[in-house]
Amino acid sequence: MAKIIVVTSGKGGVGKTTSAAAVATGLALRGQKTVVMDFDVGLRNLDLVMGCERRVVYDLVNVIQGEAGLSQALIRDKRVDNLHIMPASQTRDKDALTMEGVGEVLDELNKQFDYIICDSPAGIERGAQLAMYYADEAIVVTNPEVSSVRDSDRILGLLSAKTRRAEQGEDPIKEHLLITRYNPNRVDQGDMLNLEDIREILSIDLIGLIPESEAVLRSSNQGVPVTHDDDSDAGQAYADAVSRLLGEDVPLRFHEYQKKSLLSRMFGGGRR
Amino acid sequence: MKLLDFLKRERNKESASVAKERLQIIVAHQRNQRGQPDYMPLLERELLEVIRRYVEVDDDAININLDSEDNCSVLELNVTLPRS
Repeated sequence: MAKIIVVTSGKGGVGKTTSAAAVATGLALRGQKTVVMDFDVGLRNLDLVMGCERRVVYDLVNVIQGEAGLSQALIRDKRVDNLHIMPASQTRDKDALTMEGVGEVLDELNKQFDYIICDSPAGIERGAQLAMYYADEAIVVTNPEVSSVRDSDRILGLLSAKTRRAEQGEDPIKEHLLITRYNPNRVDQGDMLNLEDIREILSIDLIGLIPESEAVLRSSNQGVPVTHDDDSDAGQAYADAVSRLLGEDVPLRFHEYQKKSLLSRMFGGGRR
Repeated sequence: MKLLDFLKRERNKESASVAKERLQIIVAHQRNQRGQPDYMPLLERELLEVIRRYVEVDDDAININLDSEDNCSVLELNVTLPRS
């Protein structure tokens, strides 16, 4: 049985796709058979972030509508053995995804994988609700910023009401908070919500804290998930989050402001 | 210069804590509405209008709540009236 994890946020641009790609890559690097699915029909981007955009032939909608088999649509990752990508359709309209169709595809994937990561579209409409419906766990991606935190709370409301587990009265979805674009320097200056405040307001467990990092843009430019950049702070922070997903107890890093030494200020060294 | 920095810092200290306070209020409000039917905000507004035809009350003087029990729901309406 696979674990289905939705990566969601409500607000757009907070790092859902980056995080879905990074977490899926991290899980596969740890030996877990993992598939990462794009639910953003019409605005797919997971393929770009994963660096397989030129290898997309069939997509999720083709599979649901019986125009292609599951194995034809799944793209094998070039870098990690255990990792597959299921792209979303770029041309169909959003109604092409059906609840039953998604359920059937997930049932099929369930037999082949340990983890199914669902990359949700932004918003709280149908696409986002489909991405979360069958989930066992949710990673709520949040920026330290008022609109993102508020939207995350809205998403938590949907997770506890409009999902299969909620409707069938099963154990609720396990909710994890993933804070991204955290800038300890600005937190130190009192200019940015700190992680304790965010955790207190949303009252869910913290699965990871990703510092604002140049490595993230660099990695999406190249189509290489940032988890592969294990020298970078963001790459290490995602690897930590993956360890926690796997049940390991890992201390938090990158949440404290490091004053730069004179030397690193002069030569621009320090963290990448 | 140091004093200026200090003052600036003090002012900045506020921006994150203002954000926190505002979020706590709006999130509490949002959670109250969770699971409520979609017509509740409109019902609340219209009830307020009706009450205002008779008494002048503030926007936040009205508190409306829907509790579900086993086989029925209870609509609870609290209105704080000004002392006349």
